[in-house]
Amino acid sequence: MSAEPMVEVLLHEVAHARAGDKGNRLNISLFPYDEALYPLLVEQVTAERVHGLFRHRGATGVKRYELPTIAGLNFVVDEVLEGGVNGSLNLDGHGKTHSFRLLGLLVRVPARCVRAG
Amino acid sequence: MGASVFRVGNGAGFSGDRVDAPVAVVDTLVAKGGPAALFFETLGERTVALAQLEKRRDPARGYEPMLERLLEPVLAKCAAHGIAIIGNFGAANPPGAAKVIAALARRLGLPDLRIATIEGDDLAGRIDLSAHAVYEADANLGQSGALVSANAYLDAKPLMRALAQGAQVVVAGRTGDPSLALAPIAHHFGWTADDWQKLAVGAFAGHLLECGAQVTGGYFYDPGYKDVPDPANIGFPIAEVTADGGLVVTKADNTGGLVDLRTVKEQALYEIHDPSCYITPDVTLDLTGVKLREVGKDRVEVTGLRGLPAPERLKVTACFEGGHLGEGEVSVAGPNCLARARMAAEVLRERIAIRKLPVRIRVDLIGTGAVHDSDDGALWRGYAGPEPMEVRVRIAAAGERSDDVDQAAREALALLCCGPAGNGGARWRTTPRIRTQSYLVPRSAVAERVTVATAKEIA
Repeated sequence: MSAEPMVEVLLHEVAHARAGDKGNRLNISLFPYDEALYPLLVEQVTAERVHGLFRHRGATGVKRYELPTIAGLNFVVDEVLEGGVNGSLNLDGHGKTHSFRLLGLLVRVPARCVRAG
Repeated sequence: MGASVFRVGNGAGFSGDRVDAPVAVVDTLVAKGGPAALFFETLGERTVALAQLEKRRDPARGYEPMLERLLEPVLAKCAAHGIAIIGNFGAANPPGAAKVIAALARRLGLPDLRIATIEGDDLAGRIDLSAHAVYEADANLGQSGALVSANAYLDAKPLMRALAQGAQVVVAGRTGDPSLALAPIAHHFGWTADDWQKLAVGAFAGHLLECGAQVTGGYFYDPGYKDVPDPANIGFPIAEVTADGGLVVTKADNTGGLVDLRTVKEQALYEIHDPSCYITPDVTLDLTGVKLREVGKDRVEVTGLRGLPAPERLKVTACFEGGHLGEGEVSVAGPNCLARARMAAEVLRERIAIRKLPVRIRVDLIGTGAVHDSDDGALWRGYAGPEPMEVRVRIAAAGERSDDVDQAAREALALLCCGPAGNGGARWRTTPRIRTQSYLVPRSAVAERVTVATAKEIA
């Protein structure tokens, strides 16, 4: 196990995500394609790292919920929508596109977990 | 699952959804032959306010604008096969929507169609909101303007009362979205209002289905990673529920899309915050033990839900006039377009300052990740990616007065002659904004009314 070669990849290579809004708060769910990678995501995709993706927009905090029965993480990001869908000047006032900002994070995973091509 | 299965299909997940989607859902419900219902969720948080404004302009309107297009292809078939139709397509005017459906039914030769109207969600002018606890509120919108709408999220009970009175179409305004699916399920099986465990199953079926294709391959495809068959013909979802609380999510037959662990997982947590406490008007759900299993092609079984008592108070969302939004855009393309776009963006900021317009602005460089950017452009200022082939420069301005934001938006238009070399394609527009605030009010402050009449009785 310890000798297993690891590679650094975009989260997008190994996981999928969906974002939804309520007011000025955003939730992004994250799921590894291979459920065996769930512990690795729990370790590497921390609330603090996710907060870093949204600090430029004034996000005040990130809370992470763990759902091991479906190998999922749910990130709730506060005050990230610069006013929410009704107040934002952003084209995407709902923040729906942010699932793919999360998927731009880098993670280290076993090389065998990365799909070919 | 045999004869004890009840099926509920979804025909729309928002106002603006594919109007031809319900046909395949109803065809499937009819082909399966068992008891079934069809529900439409077409009322977003702000949609009811926009409908209220429409009703002010024309008192006969203020319901879902696509109502007839959605129902005409399926109404006769549903009536013939005992498939009840439930929808929040009444929006700000359920009696107005009932009249449209009645006229449609008479035209289709269904004068005896029983149509129920649910009222009582509209609390505008009937309740002093300032006396109640604020639950959620928008930011960045300045002082509140005049109240446009205030609607309580009703629970499934009035919908069930309508079904108990033989309604074949139930027209509601604001209800809990999952309640639209829970109502026919709980009515069919005779589940009681405090059987939290069963209600949790019905409400979660509603949660998974209420956004239509979002659980069947919509809002999902990512070519090479998450491939979806025939995405132009995604089948809308169907839940199969059993009397003991079994739940399988599937979709309309002979359609595109898919239902698998990935699609159901993504929708399971959609717009959920604390998964141990998902509140609906009918039941509070604890999702932390939820389990999913693929039990066939396009079939996912859901178990492990935990139902907890419903909240004591109902959520009321109020919408206020929220000033105005102006937007203006121009494009640049070809060599050095990013530098030309950056300069245009700085010029737009300077122009708003020179003119001292009382607006809050943002300038985007579309093509550099603008939707992820902040109002001050932190990402595009630091953008070090590849030179794009094309950039669209956008200014957005918010202000109290329509004229101010219009003047700000027109600064993009003025770039045509005063802006960077080779800019074109200017567009600008001004729209009124709505601000929302949610409150929690006691159930005793809300009085639902259920009226059932036949199509020929509804003039």
